[in-house]
Amino acid sequence: MTEKNQNIEKKTPLWHNLKYMIVGIIFGIAFVKAEIISWFRIQEMFRLDSFHMYGVIGTGVVIGMLSIQIIKRFNIRSISGEEIVIPNKTFNKGQIYGGLIFGLGWAITGACPGPLFAQIGSGYSVIIITFLSATIGVWVYGYFREKLPH
Amino acid sequence: MIELLSQPWPWWAAGIIIGLTVPTLLILGNKLFGISSSMRHLCAMCVPAKIPFFNYDWKKEIWNIFFIIGVLLGGFIASEFLSTDAPIQIAENTKTQLRDAGVVDVTNLLPEDIFSWSSLLSLRGFIFIVLGGFMVGFGTRWAGGCTSGHAIMGLSSLQWPSLVATIMFMVGGFIMTWLILPSLIAL
Repeated sequence: MTEKNQNIEKKTPLWHNLKYMIVGIIFGIAFVKAEIISWFRIQEMFRLDSFHMYGVIGTGVVIGMLSIQIIKRFNIRSISGEEIVIPNKTFNKGQIYGGLIFGLGWAITGACPGPLFAQIGSGYSVIIITFLSATIGVWVYGYFREKLPH
Repeated sequence: MIELLSQPWPWWAAGIIIGLTVPTLLILGNKLFGISSSMRHLCAMCVPAKIPFFNYDWKKEIWNIFFIIGVLLGGFIASEFLSTDAPIQIAENTKTQLRDAGVVDVTNLLPEDIFSWSSLLSLRGFIFIVLGGFMVGFGTRWAGGCTSGHAIMGLSSLQWPSLVATIMFMVGGFIMTWLILPSLIAL
């Protein structure tokens, strides 16, 4: 990025981020209305008693995949005219160990990070503690990062 | 319209909205859909403590914090203005198994006998509310993403490391649900 571009970015006023909040609001409403924030829905998924969550995630992946293909095929740019870039993720052992730990935790809390926020918004105030504890988990990971296998 | 939106949504409606979040964020500002990174930004913002992992320009990632505040507000709007009293239709088998395991409340979004302020100080409440949360935060960061960043964004953009992560999320969930959770509920 050139110095000129960086200056432009720094001058972007904070309220421009409100558009992301609106996307978040719609996303949060979908989470509640399709009951994705329900602890029982997650239990149903892991007990293979219902197609519901598989349908939600599966549809999400298919729509996301089609959208990315369309963006690439027609070289669609962002609203500010930038080329859209999706960096490649590199494999490391964290995806195995960390993924497993998250999976274990997911079945306990019945919520991945997104639903935690929607649960708090829905009035389950005790989930603030779950969220704080998750944030402490992130901090502890950062602290021990160099010592963990990657 | 409000009437229609207030009914429980079918899985495909939510799936479409979640899927469309991917191109929306890309087109609005080249942003990669992901939620768990917001907690890293919060750490970087509040307690970086000279840890290299938290020393970066979090101001550039502030959009992510706006996004999660939106998710929280969306949760509030949906429960406050778009809800009916109809209980969630959970599969009978799940309900029966959970009742047998000792879950009392199977009608709300969360079993309120486990997730409440009054149960927080019991061993069971501590495990479900505090330890579970810790594992979600620690695990997602070590894995480099959660269900949104890996399962939705990563799989959508055909990244095989995200497939590995997603499979491990499911493996962890199955192990917990089938082998460990019954004894935790019985505590």
